[in-house]
Amino acid sequence: MKLYKTKIQGTGKYHPEKVLTNEELSKTVDTSDEWITQRTGIKERRISDLSKDEHPSGMAARAAKEAMKNAGWEPNDVDCILFATTIPDMMLPNTASMLQAALGITNNCACLDVNAACTGWLYGLQMANSLIQTGVYKKVLLVGTEMASGFNNWEDRSTCVLFGDGSGVTALEAQEGDSESFILDSILGSDSSKRMALAMPNGAAMSPITHEILDNKEQYITMDGQVVFKNAVKTMASHCSTLLRRNGLTNDDIDWFIPHQANLRIIETVGKLLDFPAERVITNVQKYANTSSATIPTAMHEAVMDGRIKRGQKVMLAAFGAGLTSGAAILQF
Amino acid sequence: MEMQEKVIKIVSDATKVEAGNIKGETNFVDDLNLDSLDMVEMMMKMEEEFGVEIPEDKTEELKTINDVTNFLKSNAN
Repeated sequence: MKLYKTKIQGTGKYHPEKVLTNEELSKTVDTSDEWITQRTGIKERRISDLSKDEHPSGMAARAAKEAMKNAGWEPNDVDCILFATTIPDMMLPNTASMLQAALGITNNCACLDVNAACTGWLYGLQMANSLIQTGVYKKVLLVGTEMASGFNNWEDRSTCVLFGDGSGVTALEAQEGDSESFILDSILGSDSSKRMALAMPNGAAMSPITHEILDNKEQYITMDGQVVFKNAVKTMASHCSTLLRRNGLTNDDIDWFIPHQANLRIIETVGKLLDFPAERVITNVQKYANTSSATIPTAMHEAVMDGRIKRGQKVMLAAFGAGLTSGAAILQF
Repeated sequence: MEMQEKVIKIVSDATKVEAGNIKGETNFVDDLNLDSLDMVEMMMKMEEEFGVEIPEDKTEELKTINDVTNFLKSNAN
């Protein structure tokens, strides 16, 4: 069987216009800029406005148009849309189909949502790479989007300061023969013994929304921060070490490291465990907070556009999220 | 080195507080001003050094150097 290589042909991103700073947030929640900055590194986040179509497919459509333009694609070039999100536009149809419509794609391409929480884009990357390598699809739109303001409890200061809204889209294209751009390797996993450490238990099949749930404000996300922090740090560092080792690479071979942008403290601790130089770690959590599956593709897009990430360079990615899912990948951009 | 000394050294390295100023009864939150994430990072260092698993729900009970030393002693192989 002929094998293809997967190239990131184009990237794009969109963040809502409305900025919510720590100072503004501390007017409505018992918190402070100092508290948030010290514990998370976050200074501000973006918040969707539904009247401006800043819902998941609306944000993704703007990001996808930029990614497709950078890739030189027309809408009907797309063979498959993989849409990583935890909060979809609607329960049905899936958000990938909503995006197909928003982009004016009329070729009836495959549309699938991927839910692996904050690790979603990385899960999608391994799936897309497998589909492209084996020749099933030539052009895959890989979307990481989150409208976290949809699951935020704005009265819970331990979680509402952490999340933001945004979308990152990657245009993945099959390459024949020698290509300097390819996905070298990836690892995914999930530790379900800690599945309730980061959860939104109500509002779906097991526990449909009731008046009582709404009265008690239990329709939102809940998190055991210490469990998540510890597991995030351990799994991301261990996945990266495994990938480096089994590909005969060291930190010196990696030009850039883009960890999931949840919390600067997690990023710094992973960096320390891996002994990875801080100046080659790409971050944007300060501006956008944790946008779940959108963090890696938006950070990658920014670093590509400002010239940090160049063609042929090796980029290491790592993420973790509810599940507790986790993963890492190394690619040559 | 006694286990207590090793624990104090890890805490001193992490907090930049001189080892001589850290005693058995030194409290992580009240005396060293550590937040919950500092605690998790510190416990991860303890786990690595002593090869003992410290469950997250245990971390809250470990308020002082003595608490940590006693936990490690009773859980070490």
